[in-house]
Amino acid sequence: MQAFRYLRPSTVEEALALLEEHGDKARLLAGGTDLVIELRNRWRTPEVVIDLKGIEELRPSIRVEGGRLVISAATVMADLERDPVVAERFPALAEAAAVVGSVQIRNRATLVGNICNGSPAADTTPPLLVYGAEMVIASPKGRRRLSIDEFVLGPGKVALGPGEMVVAIELPMDRTIAAAYTRLTRRHGTDLASITLCCGVDASGTTRVAYGSVGPRAWLVVDDTGVLADPAASREAKAPVLAALFAKATPSKTSMRAGPEYRAAMLPVLGARALNTAIERLGRTA
Amino acid sequence: MTDTFHLEFTVNGRLRVLDIAASHTLLDVLRDDIGLTGTKECCVVGECGACTVIVDGRSVNSCLMLAAEADGADVLTVEGLAPSGQLDALQQAFLDTGAAQCGFCIPGQLMSARALLQRTPHPTPEQINEALAGTLCRCAGYEQSRQAVLAAAEEVGS
Repeated sequence: MQAFRYLRPSTVEEALALLEEHGDKARLLAGGTDLVIELRNRWRTPEVVIDLKGIEELRPSIRVEGGRLVISAATVMADLERDPVVAERFPALAEAAAVVGSVQIRNRATLVGNICNGSPAADTTPPLLVYGAEMVIASPKGRRRLSIDEFVLGPGKVALGPGEMVVAIELPMDRTIAAAYTRLTRRHGTDLASITLCCGVDASGTTRVAYGSVGPRAWLVVDDTGVLADPAASREAKAPVLAALFAKATPSKTSMRAGPEYRAAMLPVLGARALNTAIERLGRTA
Repeated sequence: MTDTFHLEFTVNGRLRVLDIAASHTLLDVLRDDIGLTGTKECCVVGECGACTVIVDGRSVNSCLMLAAEADGADVLTVEGLAPSGQLDALQQAFLDTGAAQCGFCIPGQLMSARALLQRTPHPTPEQINEALAGTLCRCAGYEQSRQAVLAAAEEVGS
């Protein structure tokens, strides 16, 4: 690893000042499960590494505030797996967090880091899209909010400007979206997903589906016809509506994880599964 | 400010104070600076789990953590399981079931299993599978490892 300085600010303001001072020679460190690999392989050679885990504001990691669930930039996947509010209100997020890497990875890897790294296969992006998450972005000019749909741009690309950092991800709690997460992998156990998919339904009959690992980013699509969310609608009635939702999928022709035909064929299968679970969950909350 | 870091942390119950390179991982410092070579270096990308140690009660890949991030932390390595040389119940169970074949992955498996039993003293077989999924064994002694953890868990409960 190339030498660098390790800095541990104790406030967001200090971290932002360091970012401003060092510009693109600085790199933010949260869980480190991606960054440390990049440092060791010299894919990134920052002069300064700014560790966010000493920042008081980022503890406690998960809290309810003003009708929103606030997940700080220091929150790791294992925290999400075990949090009772997440389990009750946002189970699809808990399900996605629970399949990221191994126990050891989930004890370090953060939700915010997972999103900021911009992997098209990130497990947590689809549930955050379905639940309507917002990124809370801090800069010396103040704070702004951006929906995750606008934040995620493409492989390794997110809408974060120079000098900005994500301090939290917030989920609205004033509406009930019953959702489920599922994924396609080559094997049980630790693997990167060939498809990531979350489906959510609400009492108004709207169905939200988000799917990733089949294009440059995860896409959110919405069905307002009510057909998909209708527990009484037949499988035959739902099939064409569901299939149309996956029109944005452009699975890689060269990926070693799965061929494009297989991914395309499995999207509606996973979609129907997640939809059924979401409808069941909505029934339980009613 | 320099690229060295003044690190103070506890390893296996003993306070360690040393100046390290900021770019060194926890794995580097445990093995090279402190000389605790029970923790193994293998894939160094967080896939194999041979470098697993317990930091503040949670199992982590020490290859993916800067040593500086462990400042102030309480670290347990495989050497800490048998401080007096007497194997603990988990280690003995791994021996008894023949879980250790070539042995290279065993420190990581032991630490993963220890972290599980600390949090979940009576795990289900599924919980054991999940806990050990991040520590690969190329001798493929997984069944024996699972038996060992089950046996150790029963001992914990009796």
